[in-house]
Amino acid sequence: MSALLDIKDVVVRFAVRGGVFSSAGSIDAVSGVSLSIEEGKTYGIVGESGSGKTTLARAVAGLHHASEGSILYRGQELRDLPEAQFRKLRREIVMMFQDPIGSLSPRLSVKSLITEPFRIQGMKGRDLDAEARRLLAMVGLPPEFATRYPYQISGGQARRVGVARALALDPKLLIADEPTAGLDVSIQGEMLNLLARLQDELGLAIMIITHNLNVVRHITDRVGIMYLGKLVEEGETDTVFSAPRHPYTLALLAANPEPDPDAQLMRIELQGEPPSILNRPKGCEFHTRCPFAQARCSTEVPLWQIAGRAAHRCHFPASWEQDKACPA
Amino acid sequence: MSDTSLPKPRSEMGETMHHLLRDPLGLVGLVIVTLIVGSALLAPWIAPYDPIAMNIPDRLQGPSAAHLLGTDQIGRDTFSRVIWGGRVALQVALPTIGGAVAIGLILGMAAGYGPKWLDTLIVLFFDTLRSFPTVMFALAVVALVGPSLNTVILVIMATSIPTYGRVVRTLTQSLKEAEFITAERALGASTLRIMGVHLLPNVLGPLAVLAAMDIPTVVGLEAGLSFLGMGVRPPTPSWGSLLNDGYSLIRNTPWLIIAGGIPLILTTIGFTFLGEALRDVVDPKLRGKGGK
Repeated sequence: MSALLDIKDVVVRFAVRGGVFSSAGSIDAVSGVSLSIEEGKTYGIVGESGSGKTTLARAVAGLHHASEGSILYRGQELRDLPEAQFRKLRREIVMMFQDPIGSLSPRLSVKSLITEPFRIQGMKGRDLDAEARRLLAMVGLPPEFATRYPYQISGGQARRVGVARALALDPKLLIADEPTAGLDVSIQGEMLNLLARLQDELGLAIMIITHNLNVVRHITDRVGIMYLGKLVEEGETDTVFSAPRHPYTLALLAANPEPDPDAQLMRIELQGEPPSILNRPKGCEFHTRCPFAQARCSTEVPLWQIAGRAAHRCHFPASWEQDKACPA
Repeated sequence: MSDTSLPKPRSEMGETMHHLLRDPLGLVGLVIVTLIVGSALLAPWIAPYDPIAMNIPDRLQGPSAAHLLGTDQIGRDTFSRVIWGGRVALQVALPTIGGAVAIGLILGMAAGYGPKWLDTLIVLFFDTLRSFPTVMFALAVVALVGPSLNTVILVIMATSIPTYGRVVRTLTQSLKEAEFITAERALGASTLRIMGVHLLPNVLGPLAVLAAMDIPTVVGLEAGLSFLGMGVRPPTPSWGSLLNDGYSLIRNTPWLIIAGGIPLILTTIGFTFLGEALRDVVDPKLRGKGGK
């Protein structure tokens, strides 16, 4: 099975300008992430604000430069690809941005917005009217919307326009950054169903960035949990959700409202804020907030350990083999 | 899913006019501006007399049916001179503002979107130009090369460039970080396309407002320079030279100075109202949602 997208040890580094009281340096917003996405599958990236998930997404979309590692798309290295060559791939790798309305050029009509990919990619001679109608129908908007402007439509509708735009050229990989952010719950559901349906119809792989665990649980095949620019746990969604190993994953799941009142999941509360990536903790970077941390955690960096159909980085992972309700 | 073609979006221009006409301030401004521009364009047909034809026997007459605004000290018809003076005012204001907007737009966008060194260079250029007080600069240049309409145009244009350039630069800088620009980059849009299709329309609105509000300033500057005898050469009618002719005779023949002042005031009010109304209209968010 060959992966559509294969990311290895990717680091995205930003220069930090020195101020009067601080020296110049750099921060690794993404610090050695590896994952791979197969054709037609959905991969979810979960993490707190500032965990580097959007930066990772933008690096894959060629909007940030990855300083180290490799990003292979169908075996082709994207990391140092000049924009002129990347442009051709932008037909296949598309991105949806967080702000549904803010990511639409405010002075363009919906029709111009959704047919823009054809113009940018130099596909002249296409019947843009027909394409606009096709795309509007695809995302479930009536044809009258063609004449609207972004300020005249709602967030949910703008989201659909964003989907239409992203999928105009039949891409292979859709990077969706918080596709449900700012939408109310019923619209979120519609949005996810729309994405799922289009994925089935178009055979598209989706990399979805979110902090909404319910979204991840329902639509992804694999999931990666990010903390301070690193993955701490990664694997098949079912495995990670039913038997989380890393304490951070446990804490995230515990914080997520559980619709089933009988579900027995250990309560873990995290204390404090995530540490600054300017000043990463030594050893396991989670040890400052980990309720199970021991002496070894603050000195020794945990390595990836594969456990079934998931992998994690923890010296003292939760164990689920014996008793599901009470991990060690 | 029908075969009928998609309805056409209303053009940006049409949208702007539609909203402008519904704003009383904008309507008044538009009417005054149309009046001024119209009379300037149609001066040869509207003006009852030749504005520079002397008629000594009829000198210093008060307003009458024959001379709506009276005559000056050498018998020229003041009304005709006001009409033709508007032509001169616009001949100065339009190329001045047009040139300054065009240059300011190009430099401002280059500074805002381009690399850091270019930005520094262009800002330095703006600051240098801005450090000259317009009137002093104009007087110095006029003293050097002699008074002429073209000198006035060039000097005012040069000193107005930074005003537009800086606004464009700031707007470009903030828009550059907007998510929709990143979205365009992700689609593979070229820099030229981003600047022309996505940045430019968002910069033009505020720039049009600024330009409309600036027209009276330029007209006033031209009048001021002409009043000082440094602008338009004597026989050519200008609102400023009307004031100049009138001020020494203000006790006996006040209509001369009133005739020169009223169009200046109207120009200021008209363009300022129009600019204010435009400001509300060019921001799409202020147009209200779901607008039809």
